Amino acid sequence: MNAIEITDLVKKYGIFPAVKGISFQVKQNEIFGLIGPNAAGKTTTLRILATLLQPTQGSVTVFGFDVTNESSRIREIISYLPEDAGAYKNLTGLEYLEFIAHFFGQGKKKDAIVKKGEQIADLNDRIHTKVDTYSKGMMRRLLVGRALMIDPKLAILDEPTSGLDVRNAQEIRHIIKHSVSQGATVLLSSHNMLEVEFLCDRIALINNGYIVEGGSPSELKEKYGAKNIEDVFTQVVK
Amino acid sequence: MSLGIIIKKEIKELLTPGTILPVVVLSIVFGSMGNMIGGIEEDLGEKPLIGLINRDTGRYTSFITLFFNERATLVYNGTDNDTGLSQVEEKGGVALLIIPSNFSANILKNTSGVVEVHWVMEGAGIMDSISSGVVDTLISDMNYHLSRLLIEENVQINSSLILNPVSKNQTTVFKGKELPGVSPGAISSMLSSQSIMVPIVIMMIIIMAGGTVISSMGLEKENKTLETLLTLPVKRAWIVAGKIAGSAIVGLIMAIIYMIGFGYYMQSLTFSELDMQKYGLTLGWGDYVLVGLSLFMTILAGLSLCMILGTFAKNYKSAQTLTFPITGLAIIPMFLIMFKDFETLPLIGQIVLFMIPFSHPMMSMRSLMFDDYLLVIGGIVYVALFTIIAIAIAVYIFKTDRILTGRMKHKKDLKTFFTRIKAYRR
Repeated sequence: MNAIEITDLVKKYGIFPAVKGISFQVKQNEIFGLIGPNAAGKTTTLRILATLLQPTQGSVTVFGFDVTNESSRIREIISYLPEDAGAYKNLTGLEYLEFIAHFFGQGKKKDAIVKKGEQIADLNDRIHTKVDTYSKGMMRRLLVGRALMIDPKLAILDEPTSGLDVRNAQEIRHIIKHSVSQGATVLLSSHNMLEVEFLCDRIALINNGYIVEGGSPSELKEKYGAKNIEDVFTQVVK
Repeated sequence: MSLGIIIKKEIKELLTPGTILPVVVLSIVFGSMGNMIGGIEEDLGEKPLIGLINRDTGRYTSFITLFFNERATLVYNGTDNDTGLSQVEEKGGVALLIIPSNFSANILKNTSGVVEVHWVMEGAGIMDSISSGVVDTLISDMNYHLSRLLIEENVQINSSLILNPVSKNQTTVFKGKELPGVSPGAISSMLSSQSIMVPIVIMMIIIMAGGTVISSMGLEKENKTLETLLTLPVKRAWIVAGKIAGSAIVGLIMAIIYMIGFGYYMQSLTFSELDMQKYGLTLGWGDYVLVGLSLFMTILAGLSLCMILGTFAKNYKSAQTLTFPITGLAIIPMFLIMFKDFETLPLIGQIVLFMIPFSHPMMSMRSLMFDDYLLVIGGIVYVALFTIIAIAIAVYIFKTDRILTGRMKHKKDLKTFFTRIKAYRR
C-alpha cells in the first residue's frame, strides 16, 4: 500500500482552480518533495492531505484512508507542519509539547512523546520559557519537534526549514532523515532546491496547478542534463 | 499632502462593510425599539382610562362625577366592584376608583374623604407605571379642586384637612396577584432590581464570554495555531465544545468581577423597601433552578453564536469588530425589559424579544415571581433549540474549508451538511 495516493485531484476556491487535476503516489518510508513556484498549488495539496481542505474532485487517500470520509482516521497517523505555523504564546515550549502530546497518549506514553519532542526541539533551558519570547528559529525547532515527536506514519512538512539559519536548517534536515529511518514517511514542500536534492528520494514539480515533472533527483538531473535540481526547476518552470 | 494620504489609508482600512453594517443595523433596531417603547408623550397628554363607582350621595357627589367625566375617559361607570374591575381590565384601563357612600359626610365630619383605588397594572417596566402616574396626578387634582371648593364654601373644618381633603386607599392587581396598600410605582420600584440589575448582569456575561470566544478564534488565526489544532486527532465537535466551555468560564469570572463592583454601585442607590415576601413575590428552589437553566442555556446559545461569528475573524483586530452584533443583541432586550414588560410590548416587540435568546434569563425572575411559567419554560425550550442549531452550524463550519478559507460553496455545503446530520442520526 502506498502512503499517499492522489488521483485527478482538483481543488477550486470559488471559481478559481488552485489544483487542476494532479495525480501522484508517495511510497511508504520515503521522503517525497513537492516543489514549485509560489501559488503553484503546493500548500493546497498539503492542506488537503492534512484533512484541512476538502477536494473539489478526485480521490486522495492516506494509508488507504479517504480524506473526505475517513479524515478522523487520517488525523491519528499524520502530523502537519504548516509553513507559517505558530504556537500558543502564553504557554512555555514544554507546556505546548505537553498540550499536543495529550492527544496522542497518556501517562508514560505521553511523557515519552514529550521527551522526544524536547530532544528534537533541542531548546535546552529555553523550553521552560514562554513561546512568546522565542526567536523565529527557536519557534521552528519547537514546531518541528511537535510534528515529529509523535512518530507519525506520515509527516507533512510545508517548508520545514523556512526562516532558519544554515546550522539550524541542517539539524532539522538530519532530524527528518532520522525520522524516516525510524519508519516514517515524509511529504515536504520547499523552495530550497539544495534541501530537496539532499533530502528527497523522489520529487514532483508542480506549476500552475499541474504536476509537470516527477522522478528521483538523479533521474531528473540526467533527463535535463542539469547539474542540480535548481537547474531542472528553472528549465521545467519557464 | 502626506497627511492626506495617511488619513485616506486609515479611512479605507477602518471604513469597511464589516464595520459599517453593524452600526446601520443597530441604528435601525434602536429606531424601531424607540417606537415600541415610545408613546410616553401620548400617554401623558391623553385622558386616562378609568372605571368609576360613585356611591357617595352627599354634598360633593356631583362635583366628583363632573370632575372625573371631564378629566378622564370612563370605561365603567356603575356600582358593581367586580364588573367594574373586569371592565377596566378588558378595556385597558388603569384603575377602578371607588368613592364610598360616606365620602362627603366624612369630610364634613373633619375626616378625610377616602378614594379607593384598584390599580390594574400591566407591566413593571419603567414606562409601564406612567399611566398610573397620570391617574395619581388626577387624584391630586381632585384633592386640589375639592380643597378650593371647600374654601370657597367656607366649610368649617380644620385647616389641614381643608388643604388635603382627599386620601387614597389603594390596592394593585398585577398579573393576577392582589397587593393591598401598594401603588404600581412602588411595585415598579420594588422590582427595579429585576428591571435593571438582572438584564445588566446577563448582558455583561454575554458580552464578556462572547468577546472571549470570538477573540480566541481571532488569536488562533493570528498566531497560526488553528491549522495545527484542526489536524490533531480530536473531533471538531470537541474543539467547538472546548472553546465554548473555556470561554464560558472565563466570561463568567470576568462578569462576576465586574458585577461585584457594579453591585456596590447599585447598593448606593435606594430602591423601594417594600417587603417582597409579604406579597408572596419570592422565588422557590424550583424557580431558581429554572432561572439557572435559562441563564445557562442562554450563555451556551450566545457562545455558539459567537463561535459562528468567530469563524469570520481573520485576526484579533477583526475579532473585536465581530463582537458588535452580539453586544447589540444583548443591549436591545436589556433596554426593552428595563422600560416595558413582555406583556405590555406590541406584538412585534414581543416577537423580537422572544426571538433574541438573551432576553429569556433577563425576563425569567420577574416572570417566575408572578407564576408565568409558560414564558420561562417556553423560553428555555426555544433557547435550547437555538443552541443546538447554532452548535451544529459551528461544528459544520469547523468541518468545512470555510474555517480556513472564509469561503462557502453554499449549495454543495448545505447538501453535505444535511447528509452528515442524517449520517450522525444513524
